Amino acid sequence: MAQVKFTPNLKRFFPDLCECAIEADTVAEVVGAVDERWRGLGDYIIDEQGALRKHVNIFVGDELLRDKLTLSDRVSADSKIFIVQALSGG
Amino acid sequence: MLNKLLVGTRKGLLIMSRDGAASFDWKIESAHFEAIPVVYAFRDQRSDTIWVSLDHGHWGGKLHRSRNGGASWEEVEAPKYPEGDAVPPDFSVPAKTNYIWLIEPGGLDEPNRLYVGTDPGGLFVSDDGGDSFQLVETLWRHPSNTHWFGAGRDHPGTVAIQVDPRDSRHLTVGISVGGVYGSQDGGETWVARNRGLYADYLPDPLHEHGHDPHIILASPSNPDVLWQQNHCGIYRSENGGETWRDISDKNGGPAGFGFALAVDEEDERVAWVAPAVSAEYRVPVERALVISRTEDGGETWQDLRAGLPQQHCYDLVFRHALDKQGDTLAFGTTAGNFYLSDDRGDNWRCLLHNLAVVYSARFM
Repeated sequence: MAQVKFTPNLKRFFPDLCECAIEADTVAEVVGAVDERWRGLGDYIIDEQGALRKHVNIFVGDELLRDKLTLSDRVSADSKIFIVQALSGG
Repeated sequence: MLNKLLVGTRKGLLIMSRDGAASFDWKIESAHFEAIPVVYAFRDQRSDTIWVSLDHGHWGGKLHRSRNGGASWEEVEAPKYPEGDAVPPDFSVPAKTNYIWLIEPGGLDEPNRLYVGTDPGGLFVSDDGGDSFQLVETLWRHPSNTHWFGAGRDHPGTVAIQVDPRDSRHLTVGISVGGVYGSQDGGETWVARNRGLYADYLPDPLHEHGHDPHIILASPSNPDVLWQQNHCGIYRSENGGETWRDISDKNGGPAGFGFALAVDEEDERVAWVAPAVSAEYRVPVERALVISRTEDGGETWQDLRAGLPQQHCYDLVFRHALDKQGDTLAFGTTAGNFYLSDDRGDNWRCLLHNLAVVYSARFM
């Protein structure tokens, strides 16, 4: 199962958020699965059309997510997924 | 609830209160959503619920509410556009809730109804007290939406929502840029109400569509009287928006361009605006902060400057950052200053100097 980690900044809104293992074939399925576990978390990561939010990054291993529109990047059993905020702000 | 204010800033929400009804002093009672941009906050008097719109830089626009005066908060699911929807006027960009401009209560006879105005232009409605919101598709898909576009932001925004207190099915909505729309049937059908408005940025400035209301308010004492701070001047209607009249200061005063507006609860001839130099500049007129007041329906304006900085001032007052209750007016600015007057604007004092950008100010 893929290991999924989150930026600690998301714990402000989901206090019991923690690293978890997810059975999934794509990053979109990962987001769907973590949203089921932490209701509403998906809306912090993607918009209502399923696209990655502008200032959020997802790494699959060391690689940045390629398909930011539908999150179709493949995930394997040994993938490490890291969901973080982009380095933007003010 | 007199003598309390909700102040939405780029770095959080402040609840301010006066130390006793007759006191001169206001204090910050509590701070919430630290460091998160608070676009809009208001108290729904029907349910004693505080509603807050947040604009997370990273995580999207969110809605929160408190049923205990801010002691605790609950996130509710933010409005969502239907799958596959795209943004007017060219429908090339997927539609998503970029920004929640404001939240407005329905009428007193519809206690569970709320309206939400968003960027990219959609109006949403809830009939379950805000637990869920639905896009008002009749307005979103109005044939005139090919005349909508962004101004200041990339996409159009629903920035004004007025519910007629005599008939809750009578709605007036302002889209920036798009224009004024009215509904007599609770939002089932809409007509454009831009007659008399002049849009100097359009090939045909008198076109039926494509106008830019920054904010619209009805006079509580006579809701047929609507006031509008528009991109191209100040307008007033005496017939519920059927026709508008330009009431910008014709005598050389600053009242013309601006964003914010407040109207008197008792007298339909009285309103206040916060003038600025037009779109390209967006600074106070002659770098001097002024609030202008009319007491004769816009025939004449008085410029109220006592207590406000009159040189080297760059404070702008955003559209929801001026409010009035009784004889008290309050406004916050883009430079993080917060001013209050207890005599209808004749004299001002600065309560706070070092806030972040103020997006909204609403008496509770």
